[in-house]
Amino acid sequence: MSSGGRRRRLGELLRAKFHLVLIVLIFVAFVGGWELGLYLLSIPEYLIPTPRQIVVALVRGFSRGVYWWNTLVTTTEAFTGFLIGSVTGLVLGALLAQFRILELVLYPYLVAFQTLPKIALAPLLILWFGFGVSSKIAIAAMVAFFPVLVNVFVGLQSTDRDQIDLVRSLSGTRWQTFVKIQFPSSLPYLFAGLDVALVFSILGAIVGEFIGATHGLGALIMQMNLSLDIAGVFSVLVILAVMGVGAHLGMQAIQKRVTFWAKTETFTSL
Amino acid sequence: MDAEASRRLATAVGVSHTHKGLIMISGLRKAYAALGRDPIEAIADISLEIHEGEFVAIVGPSGCGKSTLLKILAGLLRKTAGEVLLRGEPVEGPRRDIGLVFQSAVLLPWRTTLKNIMLPVEVLRLDPRQYVDRVRDLLRMVGLSDFETRYPRELSGGMQQRVAIARALVHDPSVLLMDEPFGALDAMTREHMNLELQRIWTESRKTVLFVTHSIPEAVFLADRVVVLSERPGRVLELVEVDLPRPRDLEMMATEGFGRYTQRIRARFSAKRGFD
Repeated sequence: MSSGGRRRRLGELLRAKFHLVLIVLIFVAFVGGWELGLYLLSIPEYLIPTPRQIVVALVRGFSRGVYWWNTLVTTTEAFTGFLIGSVTGLVLGALLAQFRILELVLYPYLVAFQTLPKIALAPLLILWFGFGVSSKIAIAAMVAFFPVLVNVFVGLQSTDRDQIDLVRSLSGTRWQTFVKIQFPSSLPYLFAGLDVALVFSILGAIVGEFIGATHGLGALIMQMNLSLDIAGVFSVLVILAVMGVGAHLGMQAIQKRVTFWAKTETFTSL
Repeated sequence: MDAEASRRLATAVGVSHTHKGLIMISGLRKAYAALGRDPIEAIADISLEIHEGEFVAIVGPSGCGKSTLLKILAGLLRKTAGEVLLRGEPVEGPRRDIGLVFQSAVLLPWRTTLKNIMLPVEVLRLDPRQYVDRVRDLLRMVGLSDFETRYPRELSGGMQQRVAIARALVHDPSVLLMDEPFGALDAMTREHMNLELQRIWTESRKTVLFVTHSIPEAVFLADRVVVLSERPGRVLELVEVDLPRPRDLEMMATEGFGRYTQRIRARFSAKRGFD
């Protein structure tokens, strides 16, 4: 290929992915502005560290293994909680959508529990499940449960009436209707719920660690905050941000593969 | 038992076993219960006999109970009163010898064309391996042989509706119930689909009950047109369409064709005049 053609291809690529260039530029400007702002306003380092100090803290933490270990603890807690919470939410949501009597009877309780800020129950769960990982898993599961339950329920309810009639007209069973029509058509809703649940479960694990834990990124933040290692706190926040973005992107990638047929992607605010 | 004896017996027990009267509807009434109000009457009184292999179109104003009639025939709705027989057996619920086509194609977006057509085979728990050839034949019949691995969103509206027709035929039902199947298509595609449906019907020789808003469409396709009144529906007139087949689009411009559409249209305007 001629160099002119290659240059044209590069130009097209740049135009198509221009937003990626902007994302990088904004990051660079943000970090630069941060350094400069701290210098100009002479804000002390023990309040807000410079980006360079955060990078140093990150490198130090990971090379000593402390960050690896604690990241692993928090990830395990969040993910286990996510699995337990979302599977429970999926099953209960499906049951509610299938059996009207369950919906009528349980709905008021679910609304009452839903409106309760579940994070407020975290201290109780620590009391019941102890300072170890199980209490963090319980909190993560509890906050992951609702988004999945609600989305599965709504998704199953919003199945196209004609699609159900089609299976019914062939003397299809209720199970066939569920497996062949309702469940697949609720998948975009399920994924919207899973996406929120995954991010919530990280939040749940961190809150649990704040309240009482010896391991995990949340516990690490508390220790560093007390010893005024502010650069350290910020570096852990960076890890959490990367975890959150990674979880969201991973879920989106799976969703795109599974619900490739869905017309519009269901975007959810985090 | 020889044919003569069998017919005599059938006459004796009041069931017609000749090739006439595949579907017998008599005194059909349907009222929808409304909470705290009088029930809404959708169908007042419909009696109708449909013969094997016949193409019957049902026309009528909106809300005259056309779709309700089809849903009762498909076993999806309970009738309030009257009798509906298919091959002499009362229709009490869904039955496997009926194929349904809706106003929209109602394809499952996560299934390919081939898998969509296979849905009735799966639901009826038939052996899919024995139906692969039949599905290919049907795809050829509806002119979609090259599209078996495509997903619905990759097909045009007319193509989607043809997939829906193939799906309704896959389990070889004796009756095809079509509820305004081309209502959502543009005029050009619609005419094309009318020609296609005539061809498919000639090839498959199914009994078809075809609900439509369009009088020309009804006259073009049907052996008989059932004209229904405004709600609550009753049969205003049965029009035998005695036009040669195969019919083509040019025929729609002929005087003979015009007389039929005129006659049906007159029924509606006359009725409106009384109101």
